Amino acid sequence: MDYSQFLAMKQEICLLVVFLLVFLNDTFMPRKAQNGLGVITCILFALFTAWGFYGVIAGADASAFAGMYVTTPVISAIKNILNVGVLIVLIQSLKWANSDVQVIRRGEFYELMLVTLFGMYLMISARHFLLFIIGLETASLPLAALVAFDKNRYESHEAAVKYVLTAVFSSAIFMMGISFVYGLSGSLYFSGIAEAVKTGVATVPLVVAIAFVIAGMGFKLSLVPFHLWTADVYQGAPTSVTSYLSVISKGSAAFAFLVIMWQVFGSVYEQAWEWMLYALIILTITIGNLFAIRQRNMKRFLAFSSISQAGYIMLGIIAMNAMGQAALMYYILVYIFSNLAAFGVIGAIENNTGKVYMEDYNGLYKTNPRLSVTMMLAMFSLAGIPPFAGFFSKFFIFTSAINQGSIAIYVLVLIALINTIISLYYYLLVVKAMFINTENECVIAPFRSACSERLGMWICVAGILALGIVSFFYDSLLTLAGC
Amino acid sequence: MFSNILIYFVVIPVLMLAGLALCRNIKQIRAVAVVGSLALTALSVYLLVDYLALRSAGETAQMLYTGCWSWFAPLNINLAVGVDGISVAMLLLSSIILLTGSFASWKIDQPKEFFLWLVLLSTGVFGFFISIDLFTMFMFYEVALIPMYLLIGVWGSGNKNYSAMKLTLMLMGGSAFLMLGLIGIYYHSAPEGGQLTWNLLEIAQNNSIDKGWQYFLFPMTFVGFGVLGAMFPFHTWSPDGHASAPTAVSMLHAGVLMKLGGYGCFRVAIYLMPQAATDLSWIFLILTGISVVYGAFSACVQTDLKYINAYSSVSHCGLVLFAILMLNTTAMTGAIMQMLSHGLMTALFFALIGMIYGRTHTRDIRQMGGLMKIMPFLAVCYVIAGMASLGLPGLSGFVAEMTIFVGSFEQGMADYLAGAGSLRLVFTIIACCSIVITAVYILRVVGKLLLGPVQDEHHLQLTDASWWERTSTVVLILCVAGIGCFPNFFADLIRFTFSSQIFTVIGMN
Repeated sequence: MDYSQFLAMKQEICLLVVFLLVFLNDTFMPRKAQNGLGVITCILFALFTAWGFYGVIAGADASAFAGMYVTTPVISAIKNILNVGVLIVLIQSLKWANSDVQVIRRGEFYELMLVTLFGMYLMISARHFLLFIIGLETASLPLAALVAFDKNRYESHEAAVKYVLTAVFSSAIFMMGISFVYGLSGSLYFSGIAEAVKTGVATVPLVVAIAFVIAGMGFKLSLVPFHLWTADVYQGAPTSVTSYLSVISKGSAAFAFLVIMWQVFGSVYEQAWEWMLYALIILTITIGNLFAIRQRNMKRFLAFSSISQAGYIMLGIIAMNAMGQAALMYYILVYIFSNLAAFGVIGAIENNTGKVYMEDYNGLYKTNPRLSVTMMLAMFSLAGIPPFAGFFSKFFIFTSAINQGSIAIYVLVLIALINTIISLYYYLLVVKAMFINTENECVIAPFRSACSERLGMWICVAGILALGIVSFFYDSLLTLAGC
Repeated sequence: MFSNILIYFVVIPVLMLAGLALCRNIKQIRAVAVVGSLALTALSVYLLVDYLALRSAGETAQMLYTGCWSWFAPLNINLAVGVDGISVAMLLLSSIILLTGSFASWKIDQPKEFFLWLVLLSTGVFGFFISIDLFTMFMFYEVALIPMYLLIGVWGSGNKNYSAMKLTLMLMGGSAFLMLGLIGIYYHSAPEGGQLTWNLLEIAQNNSIDKGWQYFLFPMTFVGFGVLGAMFPFHTWSPDGHASAPTAVSMLHAGVLMKLGGYGCFRVAIYLMPQAATDLSWIFLILTGISVVYGAFSACVQTDLKYINAYSSVSHCGLVLFAILMLNTTAMTGAIMQMLSHGLMTALFFALIGMIYGRTHTRDIRQMGGLMKIMPFLAVCYVIAGMASLGLPGLSGFVAEMTIFVGSFEQGMADYLAGAGSLRLVFTIIACCSIVITAVYILRVVGKLLLGPVQDEHHLQLTDASWWERTSTVVLILCVAGIGCFPNFFADLIRFTFSSQIFTVIGMN
């Protein structure tokens, strides 16, 4: 065996090194030195993230293990986007992880998070379904442990059980689909299957197989009707884990989904899966939005909002062109910053006062103006209001979808646009609570959030303000995608 | 980039935002607001003079002061600016209303936040009027919409939560259609294989949107902008929104923001898709015709001063869209003059209503009377505004409405004689009736509110206008009278845009 092919997996190997350093530090260093564990992890991970950009600029296409694993600048870019998100989550969770209850097991928190990230890397880079499933499982199962991390809270257990059952169930459905595909094509390589699938010929077994694959990935992405676990898990999990789940896990699954649909089933786009995805997008966006209106718990609220956001991300997949890929990556990037800003505020408030309901946010602007401005920016960005980044990501994903050209897509985009109005309604409800409902007593007393929390929010705010107006980010993603 | 004068219409508001963020007390805030809006007014006056000088020196390009800076290069999105006579007029209008609005909100609560949102709103407005790139235009359009939510929600009165939400959602709903329309235009902006573009002038020159697509994209963009222009049946946000908004916001919104609608309909929908405009204008003529008459009738039965004025805005802004849809030079000139005239006049109205409400704490005309004796200055101003609104010669309303109806009648007769149906003629006659109805509701208010016996004894102690209020109203009255006395000046300013050369580009007579 040629061991030099491991060199193609530079990013994975570096991630493993970070993981091992954290693990060794957690296990063997004296207790006193462990106080800095969180900070050390953040610094190591920040270095790793910074190094990762080298792979985007100077990286070349490479593959390993007879083509099971591939890496290209685009793949490095999406991994880096995820890294940035993970870094923000790590910074935001510093205070929570150092709290008295969690401090004893915070090492596991960091390690599990890095392991799931490793799994996501494999999902993104895999070009063989065996490796893909290994990645999928590595990404899912440790997450269940993370969801259960607040082991003294009942909701956390419940959420973990729900998560683990749906994860296993969805993997089973996914593998069912893959076994159909294997039966039809005799290969598990993406390219091998693509060769066996004749262009424009969709047999019944193939359509069934694609439906299974979409359903399996739909669970990961929480597309309607596979979304039922989302709200309970988001509510039950610790806030740091929820934010990780909602942006990183979703982002990686979305990109992996794109690779599968385009590279494996791309030749039967019109015949087999365009209409499936079409229906899923309409359902996801609409139902996610309508349910979000009724939510009072902020975490459940963001759970439903993230369901509808996943629907918008899918527009990049149905676009089926290079612009769609760039728009999808850009959307994930912007979504990471906007959603993490919102979770940062929710986490800071939860850590300091324990309040998680929207009514508690009444008059927040009077007591904590900075937090409420951050939250407002996050809400505006999620709703797609210019000049914040969310507007640009929405605009570009719609533009790329319409580039596909059919009238049906125009109708789909119109439905999505009308849904942005519904979403604006509930995002404005949060803004209203903070800025307008000031008649009654303010529930949350003024407090000063921890340094790490503020740093995390500053990064997010900078991202929300800059990612759109500075055209560099989207332009470079477009260039990478080959437009 | 900074050698282009137009950029400063966005730079100054941004500097104002930064300045306001640093302010510590109300005096500094007022200083920043007044100095900034004075600078903007001075800039737009300079622009006006310079523009006229360039035109008289024989400059024939369609847009002057053009500049183009690449933004999202792969999608050919640029920050493209340029103005013609209409934009210059609109910029002048916006800066005057921002200035008078700042004076009108001299004593507002939480001044810092209020002015921050107000200036953000006007950044959007100015950006919209200087852009000739569809993407930047749309972006600034949305920037102008969202601050309304907080301005009404926090500083408003009455049923403010409901109104703020209704207004924001309806306007953003309009912009959802608009976004689809604009993306659609982009993908048909060049002939097969050509470089797609967002630039208005290039799209008009390419003229490559085929008829089928025009039929789809024209209604999208027209309705999108029409919502902001208070077109029936999408006007319902306007009465509630204006009634709940604080004074300066009502002024800016009715005076400037509603003009964004008319301007956009003209600049994007009709200019880029002339064929569809010719064929489909009957649908929108009917709708806008209804707004003109329906708005006027609704104003007759309202008892809240702000509702009366809001419905009268629906009627007057309906007239703007109505005239644009006539697709002839005279009527369109009238439409632009009506935008200016209505902007100034309605701002004056809302300013006065705000001042009266600030004293009497009621806007119900049944509970007030005889204000002429108590506050003669405000009352006289109110009468002047009313006269402008009902079209008294010498004030702006007369010139604008006269031009519109002459143009519409011209086009209606031409249609009729050419055997193209009598729809335009019939609707012109119907719309003309609105002048009479306007007189009814204006005189009713004047009679009830200003003349007659004093209804409430407490009102006798009230004072007349203070200096900042006088400044605000006098400036507006001077402008209204200016347009009314020198209509040719403004007609010349906007004439060039409608010259035959431009009309051949958009494919009309």
